[in-house]
Order: sequence, then C-alpha cells, then structure tokens
Amino acid sequence: MARSVWKGPFVDSYVLKKAEAAKESGRNDVIKIWSRRSTILPQFVGLTFGVYNGRKHIPVSITEDMIGQKFGEYSPTRTYYGHAADKKAKRK
Amino acid sequence: MARIAGVNIPTAKRVPIALTYITGIGNTSAVAICDAVGIDHTRRVNELSDAEVLKIREHIDENYTVEGDLRREVTMNIKRMMDLGSYRGLRHRRNLPVRGQRTSTNARTRKGPAKAIAGKKK
Repeated sequence: MARSVWKGPFVDSYVLKKAEAAKESGRNDVIKIWSRRSTILPQFVGLTFGVYNGRKHIPVSITEDMIGQKFGEYSPTRTYYGHAADKKAKRK
Repeated sequence: MARIAGVNIPTAKRVPIALTYITGIGNTSAVAICDAVGIDHTRRVNELSDAEVLKIREHIDENYTVEGDLRREVTMNIKRMMDLGSYRGLRHRRNLPVRGQRTSTNARTRKGPAKAIAGKKK
C-alpha cells in the first residue's frame, strides 16, 4: 500500500543534512549513505550518492527520472554469477 | 458492427461488456463510460444509434488511453526502468518477477516452461 500523502516523502534526516552540505561546498564528492529506505527528492538531482549495499557503497548519480523512488533501488544487494556449467554435460 | 477506438469491433453484447474488449477499458471504466454518455447498461451494441456510438468514441478519445497508445506507454515505462539500472529494471531485464515474489519454486509465468536440469535427482 502506498504511503499517505499528508506525511510527505520519507527521508532520513542525516541524508538531507549531508546533501545540503555537499551542495554548499560545491564539490562533487560521493556522499556515503546507509539509508537505502530514503526517498530520492528533487533537490538531490545532480549529486552522487554512495548507497550502501551491505558490503560497499555503490556510487549512484541522481537523475530526474529517479525522483520519488528509494535509494535502495539503485544499489543491488545480491551477487549472482549464474549456475556453474553442468558436470555431466562437460564430460561428454 | 461498430468501430470504437480503432480496430475494436465488439458485437451483439451488452454495451459495458462490449467496451471491455478494448485494451485499457475494464469493467469499472466501461460502466463509467456508459453512465457519462447516458446509455442504459442493458442495451446492446447493435441497438445503438450512430450518434450514440460517436458519443462513446469521443468520450473515450478524450478521457482514456487505450490500445496502441496504452501499450506503448507501458513498454516505455518498462524501458525507462531498465535504462535507469533500478532494481525493478534489472528484474525486467532478466525476465524474473519484479514485485518480490519467490523464485525458488513457481514464478513460471515470468520464467517460462521449466528447463530440466540434468542429474538433479538421483
């Protein structure tokens, strides 16, 4: 079920603080965040966030299309290399 | 024979039912269209006058996205997600379920017919 509109979008406050600081300093460093559950807001467009996936921070540069989704959407948490080739098939 | 929204030719069925043959119009919107245009739900398509058919056609053109336009919109949305590299896009790329369903078993609609894995059972 979707979140109530009157609550506004959810963003962890430290993400907002970090984003503002980054905007003021003007440097385009990667902003490390752990909050995958935060919504991507319009003022984040153009910034680069390092979104934690449980192991490392994945750099995500925010574009306009991403607004309204969560940071976690852009930092996959699972690695899957596919199944190993079948042993019997190899022998033949 | 009545053509509404391009190619659709619903038949001797009741109007709300016939309208659901159009992609993008289900039961709810079909009934809503009938109410908006002022056509009784029990009437059939072949009883409609040309003027009434025209009214329905115009009402749909103005208020709904149907058929080709709707299909294009959906594929565009999916393509956008794939290009962004979001999790949902990745799932679409791999043809796996997008909304968090289990894939250990089931998920056959997305994965297609089961592929036999040699030597899995003894």
